[in-house]
Amino acid sequence: MSHLLTITDLCVNAQDKAVLHGVDLAVEQGSTNVLMGPNGAGKSTLGLTVMGSPEYTVTGGKIIFDGQDITNESAYERAKRGIFLSFQNPVEIPGITLSEFLRNSLEQISGKHMKLWDFKKKLKEAMDTLNMDPSYADRDLNVGFSGGEKKKSEILQLLILQPKLAILDETDSGLDVDAVKTVSQGISEYKERTGGTLLIITHNTKILDALTVDTTHILADGKIAARGGSELAYDVIENGFDRYIGRE
Amino acid sequence: MSEKTYVADIDRSRYDFRFDEDESSFLGSGLDSEIVNAISQEKGDPEWMRQLRLHSLEIYNKTKMVEWGPSIDELDVDRIITYIRQKSRMNTDWNDVPDDIKQTFENLGIPQAERESLAGVGAQYDSELVYHNVRKEVAQSGVVYTDLESAMHDERYAEMIRTHFMKLVPPTDHKFAALHGAVWSGGSFVYVPKGVRLEIPLQSYFRLNAKGAGQFEHTLIILEEDSYLHFIEGCSAPKYYEAGLHAGCVELFVGKNATLRYSTIENWSKNMYNLNTKRALVEQGGKIEWVSGSFGSHVSYLYPMSILNGEGARAEFTGITFAGEGQNLDTGAKMVHNAPNTSSFMNTKSISKSGGISTFRSAVVVKENAHGSKSSVSCESLMLDSISRSDTVPAMDIRTKYADVGHEAKIGRISDESVFYLMSRGMSEQDAKAMIVRGFADNVSKELPLEYAMEMNNLIGLEMHGSIG
Repeated sequence: MSHLLTITDLCVNAQDKAVLHGVDLAVEQGSTNVLMGPNGAGKSTLGLTVMGSPEYTVTGGKIIFDGQDITNESAYERAKRGIFLSFQNPVEIPGITLSEFLRNSLEQISGKHMKLWDFKKKLKEAMDTLNMDPSYADRDLNVGFSGGEKKKSEILQLLILQPKLAILDETDSGLDVDAVKTVSQGISEYKERTGGTLLIITHNTKILDALTVDTTHILADGKIAARGGSELAYDVIENGFDRYIGRE
Repeated sequence: MSEKTYVADIDRSRYDFRFDEDESSFLGSGLDSEIVNAISQEKGDPEWMRQLRLHSLEIYNKTKMVEWGPSIDELDVDRIITYIRQKSRMNTDWNDVPDDIKQTFENLGIPQAERESLAGVGAQYDSELVYHNVRKEVAQSGVVYTDLESAMHDERYAEMIRTHFMKLVPPTDHKFAALHGAVWSGGSFVYVPKGVRLEIPLQSYFRLNAKGAGQFEHTLIILEEDSYLHFIEGCSAPKYYEAGLHAGCVELFVGKNATLRYSTIENWSKNMYNLNTKRALVEQGGKIEWVSGSFGSHVSYLYPMSILNGEGARAEFTGITFAGEGQNLDTGAKMVHNAPNTSSFMNTKSISKSGGISTFRSAVVVKENAHGSKSSVSCESLMLDSISRSDTVPAMDIRTKYADVGHEAKIGRISDESVFYLMSRGMSEQDAKAMIVRGFADNVSKELPLEYAMEMNNLIGLEMHGSIG
């Protein structure tokens, strides 16, 4: 049992305000993890901090990925190590097409030049999996995309970049039933093809339908409050967080 | 995790190369009637041109220095050597071009560019055209593309030049127009006959090489009725240590229902003063399309002007300005609606970085008789850090109620969120910023011919990276 990601006593500030107060979290190689918690618990902060967002300052603790201490590395170094974050609100980049961006990204991460033809083929396949209109490849990155299309574009990136660890921050929020299904299939496709590791931040079980959850982590008030198997996730969704976070 | 990355200044080694010039070819610095007469004699000017030079000199000496816009106090015009006679004369065969000059052009990729089906290359090396060649098919269509000096002595064009030269930009326009009139040297003459539509673009490169040299090239383009031309002007200069001056002049005459597309990338070295004057006169139903990229120079004053002189005449201006450390680039455009149902459209982007200042200055004038005219101005600025500056100075003078005039300005900063998003996808901070800037500039680069668009993207990359390895 080797851990791909080990977070030890992680304390994080957002603009001088402490958000995480000593988070301990271990994620096994190849496992599927769910991270749940009430609004404002610090789930997105944790995801963004693991990705290396400059908005957050690590004031204590460590992040170990693949045996390396990455606590002070910048986001692009982490991306090259194989960390991926699906953003809750992906930004729009005018003037750069989705295809151009993703090819550039893939070349940066793999360190290899990819022939345009080969890339287009790969992109087309992944877009088909996600029922994406192929014309999106030539549209400016996320510009004018609906909420659902932006989320699909994130999962498209996941399928192309094939990271070792994928952190999905509420990728299912704001999606209609069919779109959640498609996205969920995309995630399981990633899982099947690469044997990758997942850390899914969610409030719903729908996105988990096509997956087998190994571990559920409950984050509350900037700390891990409970840990369990897949049953914990379903229990929380049915009965709420109260019994796990000491707010009886 | 809140470290800031310092984006270093551009390494201009690809552009800043220079060969030693032979001191004997200088005619001396400073400006008086003696030097102006010497230039005139050297050129074998017709008498009217000699008179125009001397008249311009008088105006130059009487006219005050420009007092608005970026400071040009450090520019000592008298010290700038106004004219350098190149050792070589006109060449039409690449093999006859002297080796050091060839090397400079080789570095700029001119022969390759020509091979890639460009119609003709007129390259100005210092003050003389040293290389000039127009493809046969272009010449056969009746299109004239030559240097202005030769054309002036050709009886077929002499009268045409006399009646158009500095009629759009008279020496009285401003001090540097007067200076230009007195010492102009080199440049292009293009004549497109009635009904001829040239599908391949004509291209010209201008370069400055000698230390302290000014460059005063003149471009005169005349399009007859129903004709079409795309003219590409590219500039880059090697670095030298005295303040350099560029005071060129571009006069474009667009005939009835003719269309002229005029594309430029200016990439002067960063001690240059670029005080260039460009103007187009558009007749009924005609159209001028300006595409303009301003990258280099220490100080620029550049506002191409379109005079819509006939009913239904149109003008489009698409421009991008990139001001880095030590640069103050004051650019924009002027549209004059002087006939009914004319339309103008201005779309510009400016980027400032590392303390650079970019100012967008626009002027729209709609005369009383220009009823039914439309004008739209849109400018967007992007500042890459908190020490850079971006200003917008729009001016409008509308003399008729029956006009539709719009203006839109946006000033923004590069967002940390966007940079982080791209970094989370494996791009370094500099690559991420360069990509955002490239995207910002995209609708301008789309307007450029492919090789220029690539050069512009490279320039943005260089400006963002500070080193080309």
